[in-house]
Amino acid sequence: MSTDLRINGKTHQVDLPDDVPLLWVLRDEVGLTGTKFGCGVAACGACTVHIDGEAVRSCQVALSDVWGEVTTIEGLGTPDAMAAIQQAWVEHQVAQCGYCQSGQIMQAASLLAETPAPSDAEIDEAMQGNLCRCGTYPRIRAAIHSAAQKMQEA
Amino acid sequence: MASIAKIARRTFLIGSAAIVGGVAFGAYYVSRPAPNPLQPGEGEAALNPFVLIDQNGVTLFAPRAEMGQGVKTSWAALIAEELDVELDQVRVLHGPAAAAYYNSAFIADGLPGRGYDSGNFKHAIGEMLGHLGKTLNLHGTGGSTSMKDGYKRMRLAGATARETLKQAAANRLGVERGQLTTAAGTVTAPDGTKLSYSDLALEAAKLDPIETELRPKSDWRLIGKSQPRLDMAAKASGTAEFGVDIRLPGMKFASLRMNPRQGGGMKGFDASAADTMPGVEQVVNMGAGVAVVARNTWLAMQALDAIEVDWEDAPYPPETDQVFAKIAEAFDDGPNSVLRDDGDADTLPEGATELAADYQVPYLAHATMEPMNATALLQDGRLTVWCGNQMPTYTQMKCAEEAGLESDQVDIRTTYLGGGFGRRVEFDYAVLATRLAKQMPGTPVQLTWSREEDMRHDMYRPGALARMRGAVKNGQAVLLDGKVAAASPVAQAMKRLADLPAAGPDKVHVEGFFNPPYAIPNFRMAGHLSDIQIPVGFWRSVGNSFNAFFVESFIDEMAHAAGTDPLEFRLDMARREWAPAAGVLEAVKEMSGWSGKTADGTGRGVAMCYSFGTPVAEVIEVTEEDGSIRISNAWIACDVGQAIDPSIIRAQMFGGMAYGLSAACFGEITFADGAAEQGNFPDYDAMRMHTMPNTQVQVLENQAHLGGVGEPGTPPAAPALANALFDLTGKRARRLPLMHDFDLMI
Repeated sequence: MSTDLRINGKTHQVDLPDDVPLLWVLRDEVGLTGTKFGCGVAACGACTVHIDGEAVRSCQVALSDVWGEVTTIEGLGTPDAMAAIQQAWVEHQVAQCGYCQSGQIMQAASLLAETPAPSDAEIDEAMQGNLCRCGTYPRIRAAIHSAAQKMQEA
Repeated sequence: MASIAKIARRTFLIGSAAIVGGVAFGAYYVSRPAPNPLQPGEGEAALNPFVLIDQNGVTLFAPRAEMGQGVKTSWAALIAEELDVELDQVRVLHGPAAAAYYNSAFIADGLPGRGYDSGNFKHAIGEMLGHLGKTLNLHGTGGSTSMKDGYKRMRLAGATARETLKQAAANRLGVERGQLTTAAGTVTAPDGTKLSYSDLALEAAKLDPIETELRPKSDWRLIGKSQPRLDMAAKASGTAEFGVDIRLPGMKFASLRMNPRQGGGMKGFDASAADTMPGVEQVVNMGAGVAVVARNTWLAMQALDAIEVDWEDAPYPPETDQVFAKIAEAFDDGPNSVLRDDGDADTLPEGATELAADYQVPYLAHATMEPMNATALLQDGRLTVWCGNQMPTYTQMKCAEEAGLESDQVDIRTTYLGGGFGRRVEFDYAVLATRLAKQMPGTPVQLTWSREEDMRHDMYRPGALARMRGAVKNGQAVLLDGKVAAASPVAQAMKRLADLPAAGPDKVHVEGFFNPPYAIPNFRMAGHLSDIQIPVGFWRSVGNSFNAFFVESFIDEMAHAAGTDPLEFRLDMARREWAPAAGVLEAVKEMSGWSGKTADGTGRGVAMCYSFGTPVAEVIEVTEEDGSIRISNAWIACDVGQAIDPSIIRAQMFGGMAYGLSAACFGEITFADGAAEQGNFPDYDAMRMHTMPNTQVQVLENQAHLGGVGEPGTPPAAPALANALFDLTGKRARRLPLMHDFDLMI
């Protein structure tokens, strides 16, 4: 079955069963490997992408249920042209192994879109579904606050 | 061995960066050089194994697994410091599996002794013995060794390359080498003439390497200062390539299901339902399991679920209670080691108060965020394996064995590791990908574990038991007598790697048990080994991960029995044994404003452990909040001797603590019917944004030797938390995880 997907501003036609999760369409079919597989059961957040700006776990969204434009970490910014949130990640030297960070950044970007100046409690609430086994949380928190400030000044 | 240009073109670089200039710089010599793995192709010449210069600039090789600990940046900084290049000017690659990339610090840590008591003589012997690593082909990352290994060797590699480039410039310009200066990849002559390293590389290649003295610390530009991590932009933009991100033309995706009763075989399987599922291309018998090759990974995983398999039994007792009963049997046999036996631990000092307690900790999974995976291609009698791994030369050897090839017919391409924590010391994932590639020569195949497969097929942190006995008198410890029993990761790894039996005292089993830097007049610590066959391996901080919990919990019990403040109790013992250990305790005392008193609804605990050359003290504060307990604050102090990169060290300390807290609160692998009962993060949770404490880290530089940083943050976490919970609730935690006995916030 052929499905049209809008991903990072481009249209992709994929020919796969309806129930293949978006995660695997992105990674194994479209070749966008920035979105990571961590658990397959929406317990770690490594696969977080945006659909029409909303953060979703792409391992839980079947291909046929994708309801809008998909944005992945590759669509948020590139190493040469990073989004403000990504710049904050570099400024605060957040990543260790880095595997979960695409998901962390996508979740944080959606938080900041809804809540431009989040409190610590709001950060706790929004980010608690994103697991990091390296324990980078203190720097994630600092980077979110810093990005919020820069985005408001801009 | 592939030429560097081929390796570079195939794996890392865009375009064809021709490598020119070649000189074997002296830094990696011991008695004779290990072969330079960067062998030149036509029109190319290689420099030493760590420094390559071509027309486009300087490439440094950091052949240590980048698993989050920042080694790519720190290793490159050591070379760049003396080479006089800037980190943002150079390209840093991991390089191939090679004996030249041996780890000289692996063996030094195995020497007898408590570690902290090493004088300069013993330290030098350790450095010398370490070069056996080259002979043993020990190219690997682990044991918090990278900086100990590279600290001198990599500065020498940079310095020798610099002086040889200067000599090339001196020859060309007709001036003395001593008149030339270097900076930012350029040699400058007294008359202002500037020559780039790229321009000089070919001439330098023809010269004998020039050895020189290392610069004094006062001249350092990079070491000791936090550097922007070289992997940060890639990791913030989803462009860092992990093993699971390898994409090759024509590549197939696969997943597998192996016997969850680890070590048991497979009686048979029925794949008739899976064969016809969408996207399925091949079902492969993997020996003790099955693999499905499909159009994408998810379709392979779906098909695996439809396969009926008849598994053999496990070669160990099938239920958790039986497992621990079996481990306890090790106490009935004589000890494998008694590496501390001071005074007379059999006799209770007159007038002393005796106490005793038993402790138990569970098996633990590594649970790296990136599940195990490897990609393999067997073609024209050569095997190529792409994966994140901590031991490239052993991975190469084991994959060669599986493929029926020689090691030099196997290329190992080490990617970024989505977490290591000791799990990627093993090579099972690479061998299984090789097994699959054998079935489909000419076609690259990526084999990815599901999370459940990853968690149920680990070489776990061993479950362990301790029997502790102590005595206090006049507010001080006068006797500590401990026994620990567990299976040995070293013994099992020796068997897995080389089919060799382990011999002699197993120091790793008792690290953190026999060598706490405390003065106690009657002090005896014995290690008992269990031969239970549940696979065990190296889990961040290894023996220290359970021994620090046993020792530091019991020391806390002794402090309370002695009526002495737990921090002062430790400080007194540490001051009399080793000043740097007292130093980290004093630091957390000051940072946390430790007064020995806490407000109602608040508890505080302290623990200290010396591991991998670094003493680390942690104070943890817990608070009651809406009926559950929050870990609210943590203070960490470490003494690393010389801080190479303070920002990276701080990150390793709070990250190591988080890893320890995750296990202490929630981590356990239990067994039913021979299989691990936990399969995914809902059963095996960890610290998250809302449960991670506010944390402050202080990095001290008082001790004489360079200490490791990747693991030492982990061991004090569990006992510091357990001690804080005792302070809050009056209930002593003698087993982990704590979620069973305390109402922790989740």
